Amino acid sequence: MSNIKKAFENGKAFIPFITCGDPDLDTTARIVRAAVQSGADLIELGIPFSDPTAEGPVIQEANLRALSAGTTTDKIFELVKDLRKDVVIPLVFMTYANVVFSYGTERFVKKCAEVGVDGIILPDVPYEEKSDFGPTCEEYGVDFISLVAPTSDNRLAKIAQEAQGFLYVVSSLGVTGVRSEIKTDIASIAKIVSENVKVPYAIGFGISRPDQAQMMAQYASGVIVGSAIMKIVAKYGKDSVPYVADYVKEMKDAIRTIP
Amino acid sequence: MSRGRFGVHGGQYIPETLMNAVIELEKAYDYYKNDETFNKELEALFNDYAGRPSLLYYAERLTKALGGAKIYLKREDLNHTGAHKINNVLGQALLAKKMGKTRLIAETGAGQHGVATATAAALFGMECVVFMGEEDVRRQALNVYRMKLLGADVIPVKTGTATLKDAVSETMREWTNRISDTHYCLGSVMGPHPFPTIVRDFQSVISREIRTQILEKEGRLPDAVLACVGGGSNAIGSFYHFINDEGVALIGCEAGGRDVHTFETAATITTGRIGIFHGMKSYFCQDEYGQIAPVYSISAGLDYPGVGPEHAYLHDIGRAQYVAITDDEAVDAFEFLSRTEGVIPAIESAHAVAYARKLAPQMDKNKIIVITISGRGDKDCAAIARYRGEIINE
Repeated sequence: MSNIKKAFENGKAFIPFITCGDPDLDTTARIVRAAVQSGADLIELGIPFSDPTAEGPVIQEANLRALSAGTTTDKIFELVKDLRKDVVIPLVFMTYANVVFSYGTERFVKKCAEVGVDGIILPDVPYEEKSDFGPTCEEYGVDFISLVAPTSDNRLAKIAQEAQGFLYVVSSLGVTGVRSEIKTDIASIAKIVSENVKVPYAIGFGISRPDQAQMMAQYASGVIVGSAIMKIVAKYGKDSVPYVADYVKEMKDAIRTIP
Repeated sequence: MSRGRFGVHGGQYIPETLMNAVIELEKAYDYYKNDETFNKELEALFNDYAGRPSLLYYAERLTKALGGAKIYLKREDLNHTGAHKINNVLGQALLAKKMGKTRLIAETGAGQHGVATATAAALFGMECVVFMGEEDVRRQALNVYRMKLLGADVIPVKTGTATLKDAVSETMREWTNRISDTHYCLGSVMGPHPFPTIVRDFQSVISREIRTQILEKEGRLPDAVLACVGGGSNAIGSFYHFINDEGVALIGCEAGGRDVHTFETAATITTGRIGIFHGMKSYFCQDEYGQIAPVYSISAGLDYPGVGPEHAYLHDIGRAQYVAITDDEAVDAFEFLSRTEGVIPAIESAHAVAYARKLAPQMDKNKIIVITISGRGDKDCAAIARYRGEIINE
């Protein structure tokens, strides 16, 4: 059991996603620290993958920029080690199965535990395949975080019951990316989730504006935002730190007191 | 461990959003594969629409020219739409129709699978969208036109290397976006379970026919069956009904590109290592951190960094052998078969012909080789001319 639950003790949690190494790892470190200062409760660190099949164009491009800049899994472990000198909020990795599998699942998870990564999210590993990663994560005290989607239906309850760390509720069909409106019936998904889950749950995919975050925060313990942040990074590059900081503050302030 | 395993390979490594869709597909397939009406309808489509059974042709001049084993060609190039791809597509389109789906989406590399899917969509009155790497759209302009003519939308994929792997990724993304009315008509024995099994079953008509035909002509089974391997659908189709016949050597011919010692190769089993990508555990060309390699082959249909999980398994247990053929060898074979037999093979299939040119002379004259000519080469003429320094207008 990691300290992920602490992220949900400060009102509704705001969870930024940041692709590591876009435009470079030094900027990533500065963005993470700024996000923490602005009130981020947990940060998802994306390890870039060449072919991120669950991502929309914004994060696909962030992945490619990061890889072109020479970002590797080992350099990201070094980044986390450095961040852990002063960053105390929970950090989780979000990447793809092959990044972990190819590194050696046990070697990867052991390193996560050593440097202080609290959980791992692999969007291409569903419930049926989690035995490849889950038991190793458990052994090293790293949470293997599950996802549910609007199409999960009869699968919602069992996934929620076994969820560890926090449960990632995917708000919409399709891939990650900014959406002008979210049409899914989140209320009924949240109801089934809340009746079954033993850990906090956060909603992600398509959220970019404070009003959307407020709407989603009514149904969950937190909201996750990725593409809107990586859009800022794409626009301002090495100078994006203050812009991300302002954005995180605005979003956290919007949801902090939502009941 | 999940369903759909071939040894350690296979599985269902896909986003949660798609899980109920593949479970629904598996249930439908498990029902219809044993349904008499379904099988009769499919057989009628194979025979009356696609032109099956395809010929097993004794290539006498090729045999004499190589001076060894007797060579037969399994002529999948004579199928409607010009390749083996139609076998799988008719099966999946019929299944999709039974499931109440009204829209087919597909990836395509060389364009043969896209053309076959667009054809089936036209035949069944379904909507069709084909994703194709921008680089392949350029290399295979004729097939792009054919798909549009058949009523399909062709979406050029600009991400990554803009080839087959990116087309697969983009089709998966589209499927997560729209599931209820849409079937992903996957073109090879790859992706998440149940696709590798479904596609294999529909393609296994190739080896079923070879078996019957060779027994009629020769009274015995062949000594070797050769087929090209990208994802591996024509190869698994050609191998399947011989897997239990240990006397039949099964040889898959991968795209070596410029050479397997360079980065410009797509020979997955020869140069790759085990990984998880595009829904399956199998062999992939990748770097030390698991980043998928930007592979290369002159053949758009073999230009893929992975291979179907059943091939990975047949390799692991030593039941099938996989060899790499370079661009040069494939182009030579493309020209050689054209001149020797008057059969212009697809550049993909030419990889299998190239290996036969090495293998046949080493075998006795009483031995028999079957080469699957998976498709016809009309689509490749402009590119091969370009390879030889000649510019022609398509």
